[in-house]
Amino acid sequence: MNVLEIKNVTKRFGNLVAVRDVSLEVGKGELCAIIGPNGAGKTTFFNLISGFFPPTAGSIAFDGRDITRLATHERVTLGMARTFQITEIFPELTVFQNVRIAAEVAGGYRLRPWINRSEAAQIHSQVEDTLQLVSLAAKADRLVGELSHGDQRAAEIAMALALKPHLLLLDEPTAGMGDQETYQITQLIRRLHRDSNYTIVLIEHDMRVVFHLADRICVLDRGQMLAQGTPQEIAANEIVQAAYLGNAA
Amino acid sequence: MNSAQTRKLITLTAIWAVLLFAPFWMLPLGGYTALATRVLVLGLAAMSLNFLLGFTGVLSFGHAAYFGLGAYGAGLTLKFLAPSTPLALVLGMLLGGVCGALLGALIVRRRGVYFAMVTIAFGQVFYYIAFQWSSLTGGDDGLRGFSRQPIDFGLFQIDILSNANNFYYFVLFCFALMVGVMGYILRSPFGRTMIAIRENERRSRFLGIPVERHIWIAFTLSCFFMGFAGALYALVNNFADPRGLHYSQSGDFVMMAVMGGMRSFWGPLLGAAVFVVLQDYLSSVTVNWMSFVGLLFVLVVLFFPRGLLGFIQRSKA
Repeated sequence: MNVLEIKNVTKRFGNLVAVRDVSLEVGKGELCAIIGPNGAGKTTFFNLISGFFPPTAGSIAFDGRDITRLATHERVTLGMARTFQITEIFPELTVFQNVRIAAEVAGGYRLRPWINRSEAAQIHSQVEDTLQLVSLAAKADRLVGELSHGDQRAAEIAMALALKPHLLLLDEPTAGMGDQETYQITQLIRRLHRDSNYTIVLIEHDMRVVFHLADRICVLDRGQMLAQGTPQEIAANEIVQAAYLGNAA
Repeated sequence: MNSAQTRKLITLTAIWAVLLFAPFWMLPLGGYTALATRVLVLGLAAMSLNFLLGFTGVLSFGHAAYFGLGAYGAGLTLKFLAPSTPLALVLGMLLGGVCGALLGALIVRRRGVYFAMVTIAFGQVFYYIAFQWSSLTGGDDGLRGFSRQPIDFGLFQIDILSNANNFYYFVLFCFALMVGVMGYILRSPFGRTMIAIRENERRSRFLGIPVERHIWIAFTLSCFFMGFAGALYALVNNFADPRGLHYSQSGDFVMMAVMGGMRSFWGPLLGAAVFVVLQDYLSSVTVNWMSFVGLLFVLVVLFFPRGLLGFIQRSKA
């Protein structure tokens, strides 16, 4: 069964059609990259998946369940986690506190006015494991707002991982980063995909990153799905080359 | 134990020692016990407001309504239902909290200025009800004709009406109970979701927190605490005043919280102490006392944006 099944979604804003009749299936353990020029509707498409707003037409199923009309927090509860192009974190809390909130919500404690010792210890070790995975364990007690851009992104990914998601949505994970940070985040995503077997959908502008990571690439252009395929197929696709990749590929 | 924890423990011990011995050290300084009692009650109200303002990041400008409802609830209980102080406190708290829960459900979708405006509007509704419904509330004159009753333990009674010290310690006990519950909630998983919403609403939503529902719960809890503070205030004065529901009273509570430091748990208590003591002293000197309090407020906001307690903590560290 596919983790994500999107059938013919369209999103209209007044007269503007931001996403037109797009379909996408993402299998378990797959890493799918969405590329396309600015204004192609990539982020709108992401917002449809994560529930910012409902589609004008079409349907979205997650783990075999129709989620087209579900609110954002309900999709998260079902196992869909997301990071943003501009990092969304709790800047005045420490790295540990940031991830702990995610772990407690995922553990079903969010409405509880108490937490007992063994539960707290379990959350604690889960947070430490997650920080280990994203190489932030040494910075657990630092305020997130004081970290470098790359570490902040890693902290945001750690929060998403603490939710134990079945699907990870990453919106331009290397946006605004230098070469060194881009490399680190790319390696982190690669580890999550290859070693921890996460299912990932990401939007990315950096073609080196995309061709390094993706099992499959989807090209959006003016709201429509131009092509889908393996990196080799996309690199060889003449329509894509003409429309987007140009001479860069 | 690390140094931060040690400092926290020392601060806590100091705060409770100051409160516990207030009737003794206030007299030589020219104060009086009833003044300390007022500080506790208004401090509890400011802390209740700050439970929402400082820890969920939601500004209500109509919280005096739930304070006033608590006061009327307690007063009406003593006057018409039963001469029992504990019952008056419980029913006052329920009246404030239940009204808060009902109205909160209507306004949690608003944000920022719009939230503040709607809370003012609903607050004024209660003000006008208290003002107009003379047969029940006494209208403009306020609700009179009740007084706090001795606390009955069966074997013995504690007189809190004529003995100011006894009443102070009764209020301090109630204060400690409420503040304890507040602190407990803030250190729990639910309390941490409140702080998450304050820090970043979008991230909170994308962690799976139904933000509106959590704000509603925080708002409702805050109104329960506020109602309790209001009920205590009715016992302090043996009187419930419609002006206690007015939005200018809400503004006073916001001032206390901001002046004391809304990011700190105890800040609003300090803010209330400064406010009440200044009011007590200045109002015997000039009728324009509020302009001096206002001036101090402006100075604090300009020069100590984290409030008085925030400033003290910053300079110690």
